[in-house]
Amino acid sequence: MNPSVNGSRKHHAQHTVVAIVEDKPGVLMRVASLFRRRGFNIESLTVGHSEAPGLSRMTIVVDGASAPVEQVEKQLYKLIDVVKVTDLSQEEMVARELVLLKVRCNNVNRHELLEIANVFRADVVDMATNSLILQVVGDEDKIDGLVKMCEPYGIRELSRTGRIAMVRGAKTTTVHEPEPEKIAKFHATQGRRVEGELPFSSD
Amino acid sequence: MARLTGAQMVLESLQREGVDTIFGYPGGVVLPLYDTLPQYPNIRHVLVRHEQGAAHMADGYARASGKMGVCLGTSGPGATNLVTGICTSWMDSTPVFALTGNVTRSLLGKDGFQEADITGITHSITKHNYLVMRPEEIPLSIREAAHICQTGRPGPVLVDIPKDVFQEEAEFDWPEQINLRGYKPTTEGHAGMIRRAAELINQATRPIIIAGHGVIWGDAHNELVELAEKADIPVITTFLGIGAFPESHDLSYGWLGMHGMFYANMAADHADLVIAIGMRFDDRAMGRFKDFNPGVKIVHIDIDPAEIGKNFPTAVPIVGNAKNVLPRLSDLTTEAEHQDWRGWIDQVREEHPSLHIRESRRMLPQYVVRTLYEETNGDATIVTGVGQHQMWAGQHYFYKRPRQLVTSGGLGTMGFELPAAIGAQIALPDAETWAICGDGGFQMTLQEMAVLVDENLPVKIAVFNNGYLGMIRQWQQLFYDKNLVSTAMTQPDFCKLADAYGIRAIRVETKAEVAPAIREAREHKGPILIDFQIDQEENVWPMVPAGAALSETIEAPAEELAR
Repeated sequence: MNPSVNGSRKHHAQHTVVAIVEDKPGVLMRVASLFRRRGFNIESLTVGHSEAPGLSRMTIVVDGASAPVEQVEKQLYKLIDVVKVTDLSQEEMVARELVLLKVRCNNVNRHELLEIANVFRADVVDMATNSLILQVVGDEDKIDGLVKMCEPYGIRELSRTGRIAMVRGAKTTTVHEPEPEKIAKFHATQGRRVEGELPFSSD
Repeated sequence: MARLTGAQMVLESLQREGVDTIFGYPGGVVLPLYDTLPQYPNIRHVLVRHEQGAAHMADGYARASGKMGVCLGTSGPGATNLVTGICTSWMDSTPVFALTGNVTRSLLGKDGFQEADITGITHSITKHNYLVMRPEEIPLSIREAAHICQTGRPGPVLVDIPKDVFQEEAEFDWPEQINLRGYKPTTEGHAGMIRRAAELINQATRPIIIAGHGVIWGDAHNELVELAEKADIPVITTFLGIGAFPESHDLSYGWLGMHGMFYANMAADHADLVIAIGMRFDDRAMGRFKDFNPGVKIVHIDIDPAEIGKNFPTAVPIVGNAKNVLPRLSDLTTEAEHQDWRGWIDQVREEHPSLHIRESRRMLPQYVVRTLYEETNGDATIVTGVGQHQMWAGQHYFYKRPRQLVTSGGLGTMGFELPAAIGAQIALPDAETWAICGDGGFQMTLQEMAVLVDENLPVKIAVFNNGYLGMIRQWQQLFYDKNLVSTAMTQPDFCKLADAYGIRAIRVETKAEVAPAIREAREHKGPILIDFQIDQEENVWPMVPAGAALSETIEAPAEELAR
């Protein structure tokens, strides 16, 4: 089975926006607060370190019906900690998310379930007498398909990372703008406790 | 490099940023800063009576002078009291720098005494804010904050510093440069877009310029006059844009919006081209969006790209500073004459003058403003609160220069007037400064009268006292079936209040007393309050009801004019 690459029914109403942001305390709150304030609905938001030190990459999936993507981009740019924003919606992109799925099973139907996992190229990462955990990577269609197939067995728990995405080909969303050394050093510790911790654990 | 305490670093950094005045209020966690203040005699500290007053004073200081205004509050309630003022500045894009103390680092996040997460609270009403966790960060944090505050589209910033960071010592390392990867305002304007805008201007038969606050903050009023004169384009302003174009100019047609001039609203609604400069198409200015002048083309010049296309589709977007864009636009426009178009607006103005004050034995508020205009030769700086008195002050005083009218537009903050007038007077000590107050709003911040006495500031306070929250009463009369609920107010004796603060006061009860009282106030060297007991029932006209289109502007009903 080759899950569709081009997205489908619901995806055309979504925008995938990649924001390169300063890795600083409170930046997630700034972005979340902006989306809430402007009434942009977040379908998913993932954030982690990028290829550049001091910069994080955020992938935000926005409900297109709630906001014109141009306004989302412009408002994001107004945040000082947002360095670059790219709308991937118009691009050929690879979009993936990772899912952990805890499914009920027993000695009778375990084999069936493993067959399904195999078709979806899901990994079994934990197994117990009456449940197993599947790990699958893919786009939303593939994941929706697997979830649907597992429903009859009983889904005990489902955890999704939200979408991360990259443009196909050589084009990137990278920022090529290193900071002067002194300023980079300052920004690396700005707003953090002396020991380097964030001031609030929620940051 | 010298070793300084955090508190010294704060004051040293502010001084290097050109700060000469701080409007503040002490408290537990900012004590180290107050303890250090005497070491910096070039920084004047103005002790306010409520932190909201501090934020409005900093704002008034900024609006009157064009410079950054600084306010200071302690942690917790001190910081949250600043919020209304910070938001006022945010909505009107003015450069206010708020400095707050916070609890000692080890108590942060533990709900310590007087702890408030002020950086979290102000995320959505500041351009940027900083929680400074180490003294070494202070110089660059303040430098970055001041830069962000004053450049691009100006706006408030906040720097929050825990008590023990004020006390700790470190090397003071003043950054010679700053580098913000995420903040590079576009100021120049795209050449291709400017060319396209010029083409539209050259083709237009009914062009109009709507000038906003951005013309004032971009210091582009002269450039605006040049463009308007060359291409013969009538100019209207937004409410905050008042003063961006001299109202005595032949091409001036007042200001538009909910209580704008009838002819200004009609001109905006009949134009074939709107050249919008430094304004954001606010609902109070434009009326119902979907029925604003169908078919009009819009050239939108603004320094904030997010404003372009936010409320209206734009034919030509130009992101840049008006000061840079307008001369280049003028160069490409051909000299023109729009006699027919101006003739049409002139005729509308003749038939619907809007600013005519009817003969009446009553003390009409419009008459009071007009008399003030005449007595001050139109030179005074006028600072207003929010409501009916604000609209009359906008309508019946005629403004000739930028920064002459200081008023809370976007947020509509009652109580702005007195503290903002104090800030304006401190910024421009020689300018004749009048705070035009509503009797409702005045009571929200009147405690700042004490500052007038402390600092011996000659601010003239004109209370427009009709015993009502007039604008709200007007809405109840018009839209809530005359069901007047909670809008009539029993007012204190404002003259006695002023007297209690040590401020001279005059009560004016008849029309005949208006001009003499204003003259007396102008001759008086210190602060003075005039309690104008204006006609109680007067309403503001013209009016675009909330949710109506500019084309549906209503003028004063006959029964009101017969009063």
